[in-house]
Amino acid sequence: MSEIPSVTVAGSALQELLPPLSEQEAVTESARCLMCFDAPCTHACPTHIDIPRFIKKISTGNLLGSARTILESNLLGATCARVCPVQELCEGACVLGAEHKPIAIGRLQRHAMDYVYGRKIDVFHAAKSIDKKVAVVGAGPAGLACAGELAKLGVSVTLYEKRELPGGLSTYGIIVLREPVEVALAEVAMIERLGAKLEVGKEVGVDPAVADLQNGFDAVFIGIGLGNSPQLGIPGEEYILDGLEYIEDSKLQPAQLHVGRDVIVIGAGNTAIDCATVARRLGAERVTMLYRRTQKEMTAYPHEYAFVKLEGVTVSFLSKPVKVHHENGVVKGLECVRIALGEADASGRAAPKEIPGFNMVLPADQIVKAIGQDKLSLASRLDLKTDRGFIRVDANLETSSPGIFAGGDCIRARGSASTVMAVQDGKLAARAIYQRLVNHG
Amino acid sequence: MADLRTNFAGIRSPNPFWLASAPPTNSGAQIHRAFEAGWGGAVWKTIGAPVLNVSNRYGSWRYGNEKMLAINNVELISDRPMEVNLREIAEIKRAWPDRAVIVSAMVESKPEAWHDVIRRIQDTGADGIELNYGCPHGMSERGMGSAVGQVPEYCQEITSWVMEVAKIPVIVKLTPNISDIVMPARAAVAAGANAISLINTVNSIMGVDLDTLDITPSIAGRGGHGGYAGPAVKPIALNMLAALGRDSVVHNSGLPISGMGGISTWRDAAEFLLLGASSLQVCTAVMHYGFRIIEDLCDGLSNWMDAKKLGTISEVVGRSLRQVSDFKDFDLSFKVVARIDQQKCIRCDLCYVACNDAAHQCIDLIDRNGQLTAPAAYNPSSNGRVEAVSTRPSVVVREDDCVGCRLCFNICPVENCIQMVEVPPDRPSVTWDELTAKQPEIAEDWDQMERYRQKMGIRIH
Repeated sequence: MSEIPSVTVAGSALQELLPPLSEQEAVTESARCLMCFDAPCTHACPTHIDIPRFIKKISTGNLLGSARTILESNLLGATCARVCPVQELCEGACVLGAEHKPIAIGRLQRHAMDYVYGRKIDVFHAAKSIDKKVAVVGAGPAGLACAGELAKLGVSVTLYEKRELPGGLSTYGIIVLREPVEVALAEVAMIERLGAKLEVGKEVGVDPAVADLQNGFDAVFIGIGLGNSPQLGIPGEEYILDGLEYIEDSKLQPAQLHVGRDVIVIGAGNTAIDCATVARRLGAERVTMLYRRTQKEMTAYPHEYAFVKLEGVTVSFLSKPVKVHHENGVVKGLECVRIALGEADASGRAAPKEIPGFNMVLPADQIVKAIGQDKLSLASRLDLKTDRGFIRVDANLETSSPGIFAGGDCIRARGSASTVMAVQDGKLAARAIYQRLVNHG
Repeated sequence: MADLRTNFAGIRSPNPFWLASAPPTNSGAQIHRAFEAGWGGAVWKTIGAPVLNVSNRYGSWRYGNEKMLAINNVELISDRPMEVNLREIAEIKRAWPDRAVIVSAMVESKPEAWHDVIRRIQDTGADGIELNYGCPHGMSERGMGSAVGQVPEYCQEITSWVMEVAKIPVIVKLTPNISDIVMPARAAVAAGANAISLINTVNSIMGVDLDTLDITPSIAGRGGHGGYAGPAVKPIALNMLAALGRDSVVHNSGLPISGMGGISTWRDAAEFLLLGASSLQVCTAVMHYGFRIIEDLCDGLSNWMDAKKLGTISEVVGRSLRQVSDFKDFDLSFKVVARIDQQKCIRCDLCYVACNDAAHQCIDLIDRNGQLTAPAAYNPSSNGRVEAVSTRPSVVVREDDCVGCRLCFNICPVENCIQMVEVPPDRPSVTWDELTAKQPEIAEDWDQMERYRQKMGIRIH
């Protein structure tokens, strides 16, 4: 396992954006919570953490009980406390939001999580073994949540991760500003201590073979996420960097990450925002995000867009890249065409139409693309039915192949993919798997 | 501008606000600054028998984000030599002739001791004397303070000794640590006192330290009861104040009452005036925020009096006393119901759970289609701000079942969101006293009560 880089230390350009709440801040903030009954924040949370309950426990100094309340609903509470788009979830639904300031739920959750992780307290312990084996493919948020929930129930879990480090996007794809690597790895370690066996560098389909999985385990959970950015199909694309790899380098080998002076980020989703933020923080003079539609259609959360503007990033809307200009592989600029928006397309958003004759070349010495992620091929190798490339599952997260369950970004055909949704998938799948194991003797 | 000037048993002050006998009135320097800030008077911290104090003498009760909802203390009377206090009292009175300077005193229960201290106080030029019969800790163990106040006979006897030599108004300060506050007040009247003040602090143990298991605050590992004061005691003080106002002996004596116990704002002050206090004493709020609070005490009171067209303090004093009644005189037919303003409601559902768990189960959750629904009725796969907010049910009172208990009104976090609305009574006005005078059997027999309820259409929900 690589040594965890020191990029997360205080004072770094990429240090975690929000400082931890002091004990005084946490107590004061928690006392502000009205303790709503059947609280809307809890409804808005995809994992339905009993938020007033954990906040009340902070206000009474019961930090252990607070952490337990969070982890009962969401085993990756430390990650979610940092990466959740709380404005769209719990805090967005806070009844104090309309006329006051919503409760800082995310930061209070982090306070409770920091308490147990900082003191190396294990809130849960493995139950007595029920002598059943489950393979979990992919040690990202969905797989970790599923593995942890099953381990808690006494199931023997093997977690296969093809990368060198576990944690999935929490380790590789969430910028340090939001979540330091060590937070994700601490959660993995907690799930390992619950009894889940982690095998890194193991790509299912290669080693172990698919057949090993199907024969050696009572059930399988697939939480493999998605792949790299799809192809734009433009000349010179080989000189464009992949957004997730760009972020990965910023987290795991920041010293080696070369950041341009004039950086263009293609895309306007949350990953594009993160790429632009990293580029600015690591020294780019100008960072321009390029999007073929307008602010209205962009998939980044409004608060993320507001944030990146404050970081000094500009966004060029209604622009579509058509060609990379380079000299012997050294990027010089990106040629774009002007776009007009037409009727709504299949995604419900206005379809972009090129306006010929308005091409322009934006100067750039580095171009990064973050335009979504390709689907991975494991589904077809397992012969699973898909929906637009995403693995198709039923209400219990079970795929078309009985005993094989899936969750996380690889099933998220609709709605926005997020860590907390993946955690909920993993949790619900674990419950369904457990029922199946118990029912099938 | 309302006239805030006060004449209390002949003691004049430019406004009714006096600092209570307590740490803020420990020295001439403090009182000098208090008078500069605008305080109308000050009751000097009790002088008398020699004492020694301890550290960690104040405890506080924190509730939520309120750091000092109440304070308790085991500080004794003034630990400065009596000569020093008397000299400073004289200096302050000379420097501030228009302010009320009252001196609190407590000595051994001997006529000579009391005669001596009263004479020495009078020599300073002070405007009045307050007899501290209330201090519940330390001094009471030595037979002073509340040890006197809790026994009306002692209270009367010592007051009589004082009145033998007193040439300036004498105020008897009562302890609330007694079953009937009227008894020591009557004793003060009988002894010829000029005025009464109340309440002194309440016996209390502030808490236990959950780390050390010591009493908090810990005095070298020990702790005990101390005098409890501050915002949390205000309702207790108001009740005792009203009890004196309603007692014919005390009321007919014409003795003015100086009210205290948790006065923090002009609103508290107005309430004490309305229930019969004609001067007001403040301590805890000053210990929390300093002398500067006098500005809003006066300003707020004056503006309120102007708005109410009450020109002088005496027009305010006792005005609400006649409203204070016993249960037996309440109108049983009076009816209010809770009504929730759906525009103001933020849907915290605190009223719902309170009504459902602790009151009379008459608030319903109604979904967006107008149908009755249950808490957390949403599908577990539902999430997100938009869905959580847009599908949240409304809280609606079933007014037919509402007993008008007022619990929801009390806990609603939004100003004026829940109103207790008076509805026409469904039976003729009658009090318990009137009813049971005519039909005594219904107070004694549940079957008779049931017949009465059926006849009157009273349905108990």
